[in-house]
Order: sequence, then C-alpha cells, then structure tokens
Amino acid sequence: MGMTISQKILAVHAGREHVEAGELINCRLDVILGNDVTAPVAIAEFDRLGYPEVKDRDKIVLVPDHFIPNKDIKSAEQAKIVRDFAKKQGITNYFEVGKMGIEHCLLPEQGLVAPGDLIIGADSHTCTYGALGAFATGVGSTDMAAAMATGEAWFKVPEAIKFVYYGKLPEYVGGKDLILHTIGDIGVDGARYMSMEFTGEAIDSLSIDSRFTMANMAIEAGGKNGIIAPDDITLSYVKDRVKRPYNLYKSDDDARYYEVREYDVSKLEPVVAFPHLPENTRFVSEAADVSIDQVVIGSCTNGRIEDLKIAASILKGKKVHPELRVIIFPGTQQIYLEALRLGYIEAFVEAGAIVSTPTCGPCLGGHMGILARGEKALATTNRNFVGRMGHPESEVYLSSPAVAAASAIKGRITPPWEV
Amino acid sequence: MKLSGKVHKFGADIDTDAIIPARYLNTFDPEELARHCMEDADPLFPSKVKAGDIIVADKNFGCGSSREHAPIAIKGAGVSCVIARSFARIFYRNSINIGLPILECDEAVDAVLEGDELEVELETGLITNKRNGEQFQAVPFPEFMQGIITQGGLINYVKAKKTND
Repeated sequence: MGMTISQKILAVHAGREHVEAGELINCRLDVILGNDVTAPVAIAEFDRLGYPEVKDRDKIVLVPDHFIPNKDIKSAEQAKIVRDFAKKQGITNYFEVGKMGIEHCLLPEQGLVAPGDLIIGADSHTCTYGALGAFATGVGSTDMAAAMATGEAWFKVPEAIKFVYYGKLPEYVGGKDLILHTIGDIGVDGARYMSMEFTGEAIDSLSIDSRFTMANMAIEAGGKNGIIAPDDITLSYVKDRVKRPYNLYKSDDDARYYEVREYDVSKLEPVVAFPHLPENTRFVSEAADVSIDQVVIGSCTNGRIEDLKIAASILKGKKVHPELRVIIFPGTQQIYLEALRLGYIEAFVEAGAIVSTPTCGPCLGGHMGILARGEKALATTNRNFVGRMGHPESEVYLSSPAVAAASAIKGRITPPWEV
Repeated sequence: MKLSGKVHKFGADIDTDAIIPARYLNTFDPEELARHCMEDADPLFPSKVKAGDIIVADKNFGCGSSREHAPIAIKGAGVSCVIARSFARIFYRNSINIGLPILECDEAVDAVLEGDELEVELETGLITNKRNGEQFQAVPFPEFMQGIITQGGLINYVKAKKTND
C-alpha cells in the first residue's frame, strides 16, 4: 500500500521503509522550535531532566515573538530565561530583538526549514512549514524539552484527508479564503488528528505566501499537519535560502485517504469567519454592515510581503475610517524593510494606519492592540475564540488582507471591490 | 488510581483561550495559572472548584493553542480528571505529558449532570456516577501511558526510568 507524503516523511525519520496510519513510531527531528511563552516551560522541564547539554544546538530554534518587545516585567523575565538558556547552551538559532520576527514568518525566510523536514514546534501554528512539503506539527513544552534532550519525538502516524481545489481563483480570493472556506466546510475538528493535504490546480498556481497561509491554519480544523507537495514554486523559494540538503516527497498514487474533499474555487468569494469559531464562515457579501472598531493586518497567517502588497494597493491614496484603529504587523525585519522600500509603509501611515515592529501582539490578546468590552476587530489572524483579542465580551472576525484593508476604509466589513 | 469528585460540565469546542487566556501567559506557575482556570468559559470556576473535582465536556476539548499552560492550569486548580467526548490532539498529548488524567467516553458525557459525584478508576477506565450508580466504560490507556500519568508526567517518568535502568 502506498504512503501519503506525510507518512513518507515520518517513515524516513523513523528509519523505516514503510509506515501505516495508527502506528506509534519514534523519529529523529530536523528542527525543534520554541518561543518566549513556551520555551521557558520547556527549559524548566529540560533542567529537571538533568541533561547538562542539548542534543544538537544547531537544530533548536528559539524565537521570542509573543510578548516581545517585553510587554511587562513578567514577560521580560520569561524572555530572559530563553536568552540565558540560548547563551549557556550555545544555541545557534536564537533570534534577539532586532533579528527576531513572528516565528512562522521568520523560519522559512531564514532557510531554517526545508522540504522533507520533520519539524516540531512548541506553538500550534508550526504546521505552517507544511507549505514547503515538510511535516511540521505543534507540540507542548514538555515534548520540546524531551526533544531538546534527545533530538527525538514519538508520533502516531496520521491518516490523511486530501483536499482538491479545482478551477481558477476569482479576483480578491486567495489562500486565506481557501482555508477559511475549508474550515467552514469541515468544522474545527473536521481534520482532528489527520494530515491535511492541499492539492489541485488552484494550489499549483498559488504563491508561496498564500501556501504558508493555508498550511498555517490546518490546526484550526484540528489537523495534525497541513502539507503541499513541493514543486517549482517551492524550489524557487528555498533555492537561495536553505543551505543544507533536502528531500522532495510526494504521495504515492495508491496512498490511502480517509476522505477526499473537492472544491470549485471559481465559485468562491472572499470569506469572513464570524465570532467565536474559525468555522463560522460566510462569504464577504453576506457580512456587509458589520461595523468594526479595529482592523489588524499581519500575523503568522498573513504578515508576509504579498499580504502587505495587497493591503497597500487598496489603502494607497485613501484614508482609513476616522473612528477605526488600523494596526499593521510586518512579519519580520526583512519583510518590514522590503515594505519600506516598496512604499507600502508610507501608504499605510499616510492612510492613517499604524505600523508595528514584528510581534504576535494582539493576535492572541497579548499586547499592541487589545479590545475593550463590546469592541469588534477584523483581523487577518487565525483564531477568533471568546476573549482571543482582549475582553471576553469583545468580538473577532477573521479575513484576508484584501477584505481587512477595504474594511479599514469603510469602518465596516467590506468586499474589496467596493473601494 | 482512584479519582473522585464533583462534576463541572462544559460544552463543545472549549478552546485553550477559554481554559487559560493569553493575558495570563506571562507566568507558568501552576498556582497563579489555576487562579484563572476556565475564566473566559466560566468566570466563577476558579472560586467554585475543589480539589478532586472532575471536568466533563463535549467534543474537541482543548482545541486551539499548544499552550501547556492549559492542562497546567486545570491540574493546578485541583481537577483530578477531565472526561470529554473527544480531545484536541495537542491538549491530549500535553495532558499526558504533565500527568493530568484524561478519558474519552461518549456515554458518560451524555448522562452525567453538573454537580454529580463521580468515581473514576484510571487503570480500567470505569466511571461510576454516585448519584444513581450508573457506570460507564472509557477506553483505558496502555500501561506505559498510565505509568506516565501516575508518575506525574513525562519528565518524572523518564527520570525514574533513568534511575532504574
């Protein structure tokens, strides 16, 4: 029986020719990631384990990004724990303020994740790297601690759902809309424990930034990982970034799938997820007249240069609604600089939006734009559970950068073609 | 391992932001986190919960973030066990890793009510409702996972194995 791309990557890392869904296997890892919220717990557990040194200081990546620049004293102390550990252990890939970015924007940019890799991260959106044809999945801090000590982790081999996207994308419809539509279709546990394989002609022509967006939100459907088989678009991205050898895998023709779901993308509109679940989706034309107090453009979901380009093309020469707060987060320093050089930052500031240094910020209700009771935000982020961006009685709507930028102008949820 | 306590019932898709909002993630101290456990799902939970109490929830409990702070907060609040129709995968893994007992059982979730007294036998997966004597069977964990839970988590388990090898 053939294997899916995810199963192949797991098999190789377990030193096996073949694995089957349901098997428990032990694998060596290529990358182990943590941030300023999850790494302190992992470091404390690592210390309790009693190993003096990490197994491989080149394979651990530490990126402070959630409450950074230090949000308050406690956050500063958590960041210091990570900094001190990185120094003590000689961690090659520790990213200090000035070099850090939102982790899932940063790692691909820095060439730290590659096709065929097996990656765990103490952050649920680690699944983002599946866009490069890697197996990447989120774990907790204890798994991260054990992995720092041993270089290994155990996995239950997942089944897979194949998603096939036919047709040509309409204007203003992109990766964010595809994944929101999919989550709306199958529900927040529709892919629980499974690999989500994204395939089809619409995926074949999808930009790398949009692929990152899709894989990023696999977790919101409960997926173990999201993955897109590597192709020329992948290779063109990793070519000048990844400095080590990598392997390209794809699913066998006779791989077994739990389910195959098909979508005709030509029938889609931009999608908005209403409070308080990412599965609560509607087309943007059915979301009209929801007035909002804040717009957030950025995050590990949509904080890349393509996202900023789309937002800038809509906002340039216009003004945001005077009663709105519009906060924009480029994902990394490199993205920030590129946006600066291309005139996007100027367009944002002239429009009356503000531009922040890279940080997870308000996405998880951390800092840099929290909501009061009764307030509503439209965000290009990935979750809208109760209290996600602030007060438990605030509301978060999720959308693409195009819808967010258009809505920033009107002060209510707006289709991009209306501005 | 026998666990017993009062039931606190919750619905479906209780996510990690509800279990422990991000505004409290600038600490990982179990006592501090426990003070805000389940706060955005039930603001009174931290004051109501007593040591030994049991959370019973519908599908997809613990969905959302990978934050280990979620099961840490629940365990820190004294909850002895979480019984749900299903668990989100990262939460499931984290709970075992920190030694928080969890069980999946549709029938128990359907039948028990808020305030019921339950008795749970972890080795066998047997759940008894002391209110009416009704019993439910959850699938018990394999021995090594039970070992992880009774040792109080993966790190303790690995350390104990290291000493015994």
